[in-house]
Amino acid sequence: MKWLNTRSTFAAAMLAALGLASGAAQAQNKQLTLCWAAWDPANALVELSKDFTAQTGVQMKYEFVPWPNFAQRMLNELNSKGKLCDLLIGDSQWIGSAAAEGHYIKLNEFFDKNSIKMSDFMPATVEGYSTWPKGTQNYWALPAMGDAVAFTYRKDWFARPDLQAEFKAKYNRELAPPKTWDELKQIGQFFQNRTLDGKKVYGAAIYTERGSEGITMGVTNTMYAYGMEYQNPKKPYDMKGFINGPEAVAGLKFYKELFDCCTPPGHSNAYMTEDLDSYKSGQVAMQMNFIAFFPGIAKDPNVGGEKTGFFTMPKGKIAAAQLGGQGISVVKYSDKKDLALEYIKWFAQPSVQQKWWDAGGFSCHNAVLSKPGFEKSTSYAPVFLDSMKIVKDFWQEPSYAQLLLAMQKRTHDYVVAGKGTPQEALDGLLKDWTEVFKEDGKIKP
Amino acid sequence: MGQGLSDRALAWLFVGPTILLLLAFNIFPLIWTLWLSFTNFRANRPGADVLWVGLGNYSRVLNDEAIWENMRATAHFLSCSITLQLLLGFGLALMLNRRFRSHSFWSTAILLPMMLAPAVVGTFWKYFFEPQYGIFNYIVNFFGSPGTFTMLGDTKLSPWAIVLVDTWMWTPYVMLLLLAGLRSIPPYLYEAAEIDRASEWTKFWRITLPMVMPFIILAVLFRLIENFKMFDLVDQLTNGGPGSVTELASIKLKREAFEKWRTGYSSALAIILFVAIYGLSLVTVRFLDRVKQR
Repeated sequence: MKWLNTRSTFAAAMLAALGLASGAAQAQNKQLTLCWAAWDPANALVELSKDFTAQTGVQMKYEFVPWPNFAQRMLNELNSKGKLCDLLIGDSQWIGSAAAEGHYIKLNEFFDKNSIKMSDFMPATVEGYSTWPKGTQNYWALPAMGDAVAFTYRKDWFARPDLQAEFKAKYNRELAPPKTWDELKQIGQFFQNRTLDGKKVYGAAIYTERGSEGITMGVTNTMYAYGMEYQNPKKPYDMKGFINGPEAVAGLKFYKELFDCCTPPGHSNAYMTEDLDSYKSGQVAMQMNFIAFFPGIAKDPNVGGEKTGFFTMPKGKIAAAQLGGQGISVVKYSDKKDLALEYIKWFAQPSVQQKWWDAGGFSCHNAVLSKPGFEKSTSYAPVFLDSMKIVKDFWQEPSYAQLLLAMQKRTHDYVVAGKGTPQEALDGLLKDWTEVFKEDGKIKP
Repeated sequence: MGQGLSDRALAWLFVGPTILLLLAFNIFPLIWTLWLSFTNFRANRPGADVLWVGLGNYSRVLNDEAIWENMRATAHFLSCSITLQLLLGFGLALMLNRRFRSHSFWSTAILLPMMLAPAVVGTFWKYFFEPQYGIFNYIVNFFGSPGTFTMLGDTKLSPWAIVLVDTWMWTPYVMLLLLAGLRSIPPYLYEAAEIDRASEWTKFWRITLPMVMPFIILAVLFRLIENFKMFDLVDQLTNGGPGSVTELASIKLKREAFEKWRTGYSSALAIILFVAIYGLSLVTVRFLDRVKQR
């Protein structure tokens, strides 16, 4: 009897263990890992994705990496064919290399089968986040998070009667959100080193970061506005006279003037976080940043609510803003591609996209953006809509990292370190980029 | 009873795993890097054709103006930080070589900076150097008042900022080495000098300095090797900026290899840096041998 008992207990334990193991394996199979940057919209997506789990039983796991390390961490993951991410919300500039190297799966067939139409999404986001090569209808991502660079300003400071009067006396116009870059510079100079309520304040926090992509995401805004083109629109990779043409030089020179006249002391390596810190701590009158941060600023206890206003990139010769944002893709090396596609199918639904916007994400779906009252739904919605109409992006070529790092070096050397002239900086950049495209076989040696 | 292993077999048994590990983790990567340096290989394009480019990568590295700027920045960092660390480290070692009250406490306290991780040191010094609320600027302004200045944002000051932080961190290490040297000097030499009524300067010049010299050269050798490949501290502190004025050779190497993914080119750069540091170390070791023979 005792022997029987022992054997029964053993058998039961084995069965239980097997049951647990298969349960664990099933749970593992019904789990997706989504990789993205660690920031406010990612937290909103965690909340939103609980609906997906409730509907499908698929558990969601997240790998969020801080922005300064995001590109390197994720590109390493893709290059090493890692299986960490089933879904990746990757930066717009990666689309070229991810498509060319086969890191993402092509989504055309899936979109057709599931009646997901790219015409339902804002054209600039489809072009920026989904297609490669540009101008084709090869889709590698679903537009997930619309974004562009814009400005926040201290509405409460701008509204002060004493400052209004002083500004009008000096510049003969109202102290209001600037419409041109020259106006922005004047406002920056007006606030620079001013003492407000016993505290020294400065003009503007702009992007100047050296290590990843910061200064490029900043300086391109003035360069576009002054008329810069990366290449001859009629002859691809013909860059001479475009990236180092007079328009580009003027834009770069202006950005340096802005850096010299109007930024806080020590603002020589600033990107999203540093600009946010400068603004939230009440140091600056204006802040350049991605619109994705605006919901957080609008709710900030120190500077949120009525204290802050938003405006799109000022004009130069033209109106233009640097594109931010990302599309969501399925990683080719994932073992759960079908499940990952299920997630994209769920995410593409207009009702989910509406919830995405309500939660603080920036939907690119026309059903959300063209809904009556959208412009008044938040204080930053008009800026989002206006900015997305004027966006331009950096190179999205497979060699984008090399192109980006060359621009980081050349522009930081000139703007922050004051090395050489803007013409020399951009002539150097032309040389660097020409070398990259020669290596890629896109320019004949 | 079976016959046991021979002495030779036993020796191989003990040495074998170490040799295997050495081959796997040191020699093989070195040879592999050398091979890569003659190709156009890019680690982010594993499917692309790998072409033999001969000495092309070496020629491009050596003709790259930016690389020479990085080398100049590295030379400035090496020479200034090592000189300062030697002077301060020797001073501290002479001080701690004399017994005084709370001697042990100060000995341990001085060693604290070198116990921290370089990345941590770089991060908190970045805050110290913050122009508006940083303690470094506050102290400088307290003693004199140059007004607002930015250690890390100024092209003239930032190369000195990295020297200063490295000196703060590694002077204790140099001190420790030199203190060991000072303690190894036989007391009878000083007793003989006392009998000869030698002055303090003569004792220092004729006894202390020559006897400690091998330790000084060792300290130079260790710091040379360490600072030549210094990465984390400077990366955190300045990220190579402003512009490229603090972009040391190691930071350049990392950018070429793991951000631009120019694997062949960066392998050539790595080999050139390896040869440079090997050459410098060889000269130092020869000098050490000569000093020891005296």
